[in-house]
Amino acid sequence: MSPSIASRKRALFCAVPIGVVLFFLPLVIAPYQVTLLAYGLIFAIAALGFNLLLGYTGLLSFGHSAYFGMGAYAVAFVVKYLNITSMEVFLLGGTLASATIAALFGFLCVRYTRIFFGILTMALSQVLWSLAFKFYWFTGGSDGLRVPTPSLLGVAIPEGQDKMIFLAHRYYYYVLVIFLVGVAVMWIIVHSPFGKTLQAIRDNETRAEFVGVQVWRYRWIAFVVSGIYTGLAGTLWVPLNGLTTPDILHWTFSGKIVFFTVLGGFQTFVGPIIGGVVYNYLETYAVGYTVYWQMVLGVVLVLLVLILPAGIAGTAGRLVPKLRRAA
Amino acid sequence: MILLETKSLAKCFGDMQAVNHVNFSVAQGELLALIGSNGAGKTTLVNLISGLIHPDSGTILFQGADVTATSVHDRIRAGIARSFQLVTVFDQLGALDNVELAIFSRDAKTRRLFSLASSDQAVRDEAYEVLREFGLEDKASQAAGGLSQGERKLLDVAVAYALRPKLLFLDEPTSGVSTREKAPIMDIITSIVRSGKITAVVIEHDMDIVFRYSDRIVVMHEGAILADGTPDEIRRNEQVTTTLIGTSAPDDSGMESHA
Repeated sequence: MSPSIASRKRALFCAVPIGVVLFFLPLVIAPYQVTLLAYGLIFAIAALGFNLLLGYTGLLSFGHSAYFGMGAYAVAFVVKYLNITSMEVFLLGGTLASATIAALFGFLCVRYTRIFFGILTMALSQVLWSLAFKFYWFTGGSDGLRVPTPSLLGVAIPEGQDKMIFLAHRYYYYVLVIFLVGVAVMWIIVHSPFGKTLQAIRDNETRAEFVGVQVWRYRWIAFVVSGIYTGLAGTLWVPLNGLTTPDILHWTFSGKIVFFTVLGGFQTFVGPIIGGVVYNYLETYAVGYTVYWQMVLGVVLVLLVLILPAGIAGTAGRLVPKLRRAA
Repeated sequence: MILLETKSLAKCFGDMQAVNHVNFSVAQGELLALIGSNGAGKTTLVNLISGLIHPDSGTILFQGADVTATSVHDRIRAGIARSFQLVTVFDQLGALDNVELAIFSRDAKTRRLFSLASSDQAVRDEAYEVLREFGLEDKASQAAGGLSQGERKLLDVAVAYALRPKLLFLDEPTSGVSTREKAPIMDIITSIVRSGKITAVVIEHDMDIVFRYSDRIVVMHEGAILADGTPDEIRRNEQVTTTLIGTSAPDDSGMESHA
C-alpha cells in the first residue's frame, strides 16, 4: 500500500469515530454542555484557519480577531440593516466580509515575515477594533449589536421553544456539519499541491522561490483562506452568543486564537481542533471556579511553553509510539 | 551555440567590487567549471545570473533574450535552475515531496487547492524516477532534514534537476561532504547532466574533481575572469597556477558568503 493511501485510511480511521461521538453526544449530555461543545467546535474552526498560516506557512498572525470579528459583525449588520435572520444569508455575508478584509490586510502583510508580519497584522486588527468602538451609531459601540436566533435552512425556531434547547440541538448539528465539512476541506487543502507549496515556503523561502514559486502570492492565498475560516467561526459564534461587541476584534482575542492553537499543537493537523475545544472548557470552568481565572490560564500557558511545547496533539503523537513499544 | 552570455556584468558590495565587468558565456551542452579562491566572485556571479541579486550594470542574455531585469520566477520558467552552496532543501517535507514540489511548480500545478498531491500519479512516478536516478529512492518517505549531508546535497541538485532546466548552476555540490563521498556524488551528477543533455555550470574548489569532470574551466580572481579554457590549457596556464595554488589550496570550508 502506498503511503498516501495509508495516510488517507488512517485519517478516516480517526475521523469517523470522532464524528459519530460528536453526533450522538447531545443525546446524553445536558443542553448547556452541548452549547459549550458548539463553542468549542467553533473555536476549532477558527484555530484550524489560523494554523494554515502558523503551522503550514510559518507566519504568526496576531490579528486574527479581525476576521473573527468581521464574520460576527457582518451578521449583526445583516440583521440590523437588512432585517434578515436566515443563517444561510449570515454565512454568505460573514464569508464575504471576512474574505474581503483578509484579502486587503493580507495583501499588505504577506510581504513581511516574522515579527514585522505579526505586528502589522495586530495593528490592522486594532484599526477595526477602534472603528467598532468609536462608530457607535453604526456598530453599537461598546454595547455591541444583538443578534437574534436565526432560521436554519428556512426553518425558524418553533414557537414557544426554549432558545437554549434550539441552540443545543438544531443549531449544534448545523455547526457540527459545517465543522466536519470545514475539517475535510482543510485536510484536502494541506495535502494538496498548494498545501505542500505552503510547507515548502515555511521550510525554506529562498529555495521555494528557486523552484519557481511566487512566494508572496501563495502566502496571500493562504492568508485569505485562513481569514475565511476564522470569519466563518465568527459568523457561527454570534447567534450562539446572541451579541457581538468590540471585544472580539481586540488583539487580546487574537491572542486567544494563538493560545488555542499552541495548546493543541500547531505542528499537527488535529492540534488546533483539540486546542479550540479544550481551551473553551478550560476558560469556562476557570471563570466558574475562581475570580483569578486569567491567572489560571496564564499558568497553563507558561507550563505549556515550558513542558509541552508540542501541545496536546504533538505530545500525544510522541507518547503513543513509545507506550506501544513499552507494552 | 551560446546558451548564456553576460556582458560587462558588475556588482559592488560597499567598496568591494565583487563582480567586475565580467563577460562570461556558457555554450549549449557543456559542463563548465567555475573556479577561483574564496571571494573571487563565483557565487556572486551565479547569484546575479539566477536572479537572487541584481547587477549594478551590465546585461545577461539567455538564449539571446535579455533577462537582466526579469524575476527569479521568469528565469526559472525560461530554464535556469540552481542548487545552493549551503544546502537548501525543505527539511520537514519528505525527500519525495521535495522533488514532487519542483515538478508541481514546473507543471504550474501548485495552485491546486482541492486535489490531493498524492493522487497525481504522473508526478509521483516522475519524482520516484528522479530519486532513483540520484540513488535516493530508499529515502523517499524520510524527512529531508534527517538525511545525511551527502544525501541532502544530492537532493538539492535533484530538486533543481526535476525542474528540467536548460541551464543548471551547481554551487559547490560536494562542499561539506567527506573526500570519500565527493567522487560518487560527482559521478551521479555528471552522468545525469550528460544523459539529460543539460548544460551545467559547477562551482567547485576541489581541483581533482574540476579537472576530471569538466569540459571547460573558467577561473575567476578578484571579481574578474583570469583564464578560460579546456582542463589541459588551464593546467598549463602559469598565471592560474601561481594565483590559485599560491593563494589558496583546494578549500571546501564553505565559508564563502551567499549574498
